[in-house]
Amino acid sequence: MSFQPVHFYQTGTFTVGNRLLEASERSVQANIERTNSLNSGHRACQGCGEALGARYAIDAAMNAARGRLIAANATGCLEVFSTPYPETSWQIPWIHSLFGNTAAVATGIAAAIKVKKQKGQMGDVRVVAQGGDGGTTDIGFGCLSGMFERNDDVLYICYDNGGYMNTGVQRSSATPPAARTATTMPVGPEPGNQFGQGKFLPAIAMAHEIPYVATATVADLRDLEYKVTKAMGMRGARYIHILVPCPLGWGAASEDTILLARLAKETGIFPVFEAENGEITGNLKIRRKQPVEEYLKRQKRYAHLFGKKPAVATIARLQAAADKNIRKYGLLDQEAN
Amino acid sequence: MEKPFAITLDPGSSLANHTGSWRTSRPVYIDRLPPCNKQCPAGEDIQGWLFHAESGDYESAWRHLTKDNPFPAIMGRVCYHSCESVCNRGQIDEPVGINSVERFLGDEALKLGWKLTPPSSESGKNVLVVGAGPSGMSAAYHLRRLGHSVTVYEAGPLLGGMMRFGIPKYRLPRDILEAEMQRVVELGVKVNLNTKVDNILNTMADGKFDAAFLAVGAHIGKRARIPAGDAAKIVDAISLLRSMEGEEKPMLGRRVVVYGGGNTAIDVARTAKRMGAEPLIVYRRTRAAMPAHDFEMEEALQEGIMVKWLSTITQADESSLTIEKMALDETGFPQPTGEFETIEADSLVLALGQDVDLGLLEGVPGLEVKDGVVKVAPNMMTGHPGIFAGGDMVPAERNVTVGIGHGKQAARHIDAWLRGEEHVPAVQHEVANFEKLNTWYYADAPKTVRPMLDIIRRQSTFDEVQGGLDESTALFEARRCLSCGNCFECDNCYGVCPDNAVIKLGPGKRFQFNYDYCKGCGMCVAECPCGAIKMEAEEI
Repeated sequence: MSFQPVHFYQTGTFTVGNRLLEASERSVQANIERTNSLNSGHRACQGCGEALGARYAIDAAMNAARGRLIAANATGCLEVFSTPYPETSWQIPWIHSLFGNTAAVATGIAAAIKVKKQKGQMGDVRVVAQGGDGGTTDIGFGCLSGMFERNDDVLYICYDNGGYMNTGVQRSSATPPAARTATTMPVGPEPGNQFGQGKFLPAIAMAHEIPYVATATVADLRDLEYKVTKAMGMRGARYIHILVPCPLGWGAASEDTILLARLAKETGIFPVFEAENGEITGNLKIRRKQPVEEYLKRQKRYAHLFGKKPAVATIARLQAAADKNIRKYGLLDQEAN
Repeated sequence: MEKPFAITLDPGSSLANHTGSWRTSRPVYIDRLPPCNKQCPAGEDIQGWLFHAESGDYESAWRHLTKDNPFPAIMGRVCYHSCESVCNRGQIDEPVGINSVERFLGDEALKLGWKLTPPSSESGKNVLVVGAGPSGMSAAYHLRRLGHSVTVYEAGPLLGGMMRFGIPKYRLPRDILEAEMQRVVELGVKVNLNTKVDNILNTMADGKFDAAFLAVGAHIGKRARIPAGDAAKIVDAISLLRSMEGEEKPMLGRRVVVYGGGNTAIDVARTAKRMGAEPLIVYRRTRAAMPAHDFEMEEALQEGIMVKWLSTITQADESSLTIEKMALDETGFPQPTGEFETIEADSLVLALGQDVDLGLLEGVPGLEVKDGVVKVAPNMMTGHPGIFAGGDMVPAERNVTVGIGHGKQAARHIDAWLRGEEHVPAVQHEVANFEKLNTWYYADAPKTVRPMLDIIRRQSTFDEVQGGLDESTALFEARRCLSCGNCFECDNCYGVCPDNAVIKLGPGKRFQFNYDYCKGCGMCVAECPCGAIKMEAEEI
């Protein structure tokens, strides 16, 4: 049972809010009293998808936990731009971990809460761990896999922008094929990042058969909030992987952040789905299918694919990968074809 | 500051960092002009009243609508809704059924007895309106709302003008017409029926009127020089339609030929069909070139009305007509071919346009009449100070909506003129064209089709052809509106800002930017569905 969109109240559930919906049907973000977990004054770039995704996700988690939430945060963009000493943008209990151990820190917090609850020293408080793709798929992967394997009571949220952006846009294992980064330059016979390497962590998380795994993007707020809320309603290890475009690292216009997230979903490049106990239980269908070029051409990290002699073969490989996602995750409605 | 163990920073302390200083351009909330509003000859704020209808608040919608046009139930039946042809939604699926929602609101008002808002104060000025057609009654309404004392002189026996004597019943039921007319009268508008004004200056002097608005319409059917035998029965369309309103229906015979290609020709043919005749329209050009609206032609064809294209009538006799076939030349103009045929006809109805009876203006100094109509300045005033004119008697497209628009404009100018001032219309906003919208956010929803009367009943009765929408379908239709160029509080800007730099002010109050923190990324502009935000360069 995936997110059920409201089909017709002018903009249905496509927009952030909708004055025509009942209050209970509206989004957390539309609420004038939302937590604003990540407040103004942070130092993220203009149009930062991660800053947006983090507020969307943590506000929804705060709403689900009735304000009783602790967040552990791996080193990375999100930590750097939100908390340069002596300021912080966070308005929730928040702890900065090392780059690689945020899952373990969250595990420890969850264990401490469990003991304090048993001793009657505190009520229920929920734990969230968050990090970027570098801190999650590369450096923090061991701790994360352990957290999954032990089924610790933590919701881990990965904000995936496909690279180490705040240190100068280096490749991570979540950098997509053919993308240019500082360490995968567009030179040689196969310019940009290699095909056939890297990892898709949601699939690895599913292989741990943890209670809940989901992907989301900043372009589908209602789906994202639905997934965070659902995850917060469960216990054990849960994992949500959110695609957050990065204007700096992707070489995109700051106003295109949501558009790019939408195109990633609509092309099939980024599959949006959810899984329980290792089994896929729902997906967000493509509404207006687009060729991958629509997504690629708006980003300078793929500029070497276009130019005077377009890299037709490379674009075809990326299209094939998107088509495979569409087949594998059932992203197109049969009726729509 | 002393903090508990392990606490190092105060929550939200980044507010000290005013990231707004990074900005090179700033988002600004604006209202753009929706194409429908720009197009409406009556100057309705269509997007504005649909906004209320969307939330099911039909009375507010109706009140908003009637600020500009007091006749929504009539409009919802006879307006040619050119608004719909420019509707941005037409580029997504189909235009919003503006006209059908307007009719629903109009009918709802009549059903529930909503009254027009009376004037809040009296000006003490006395204004004469000549003609109780759409333009005159619209002017009377607006003048009355502005607090003036209004008297309408109407030559005919009933209110409505061409809406009664030109538009057939199957398009505009008379109880609807009468009800919307009476609602204006109830505001305190005085009406003198069966009172033809022969000399406007005398009438104004006798009645001590401070100003006058003339809207006498165009009621004289144009004649064509067709050689005719003594026994040939030839009538003009407008007299025929007028006599339909009387006790004695006209005798046309079985084979009725209607000459002309305008909406009136079609009205006559459809009327004749309903009286049991077999009408044939003869038109000298092609369907593509005919001035009638295509949907009216289509409805006529559905009802079994025959048309002879590219034909002129050269001779009329007692029971037959001689027709010459035409052919289009290179410029698309019809030329005679010298090929003739004879067709049977019991009567011939000429629907070749109408002229204005300008008798009441004789001897008025300063007036300028050209091509049979009175010239007016942009403020609708004729060359004679204090005498304004509108509707079919001034140079403009002739239809009900245009006339209603003239009445409103003239009322505003008359009001200013009476105070010795000049009415300056508000500067129009830039148009919210399709490129300004982000249509991703609108739900997919094709137009609701209004029910049509069974074809058999359309051929034999004067029952209304087009039905109305019920509440749920009207609501659905209203909600298809994209609210082009005007904030409808979807909260997108409030949601998509990565810097929380949008302040939500609460229902009906829209939003504000917090420029202390707005970095100028432009995401709110890109993701605003309706184009109500734009970026402006910062002065650096």
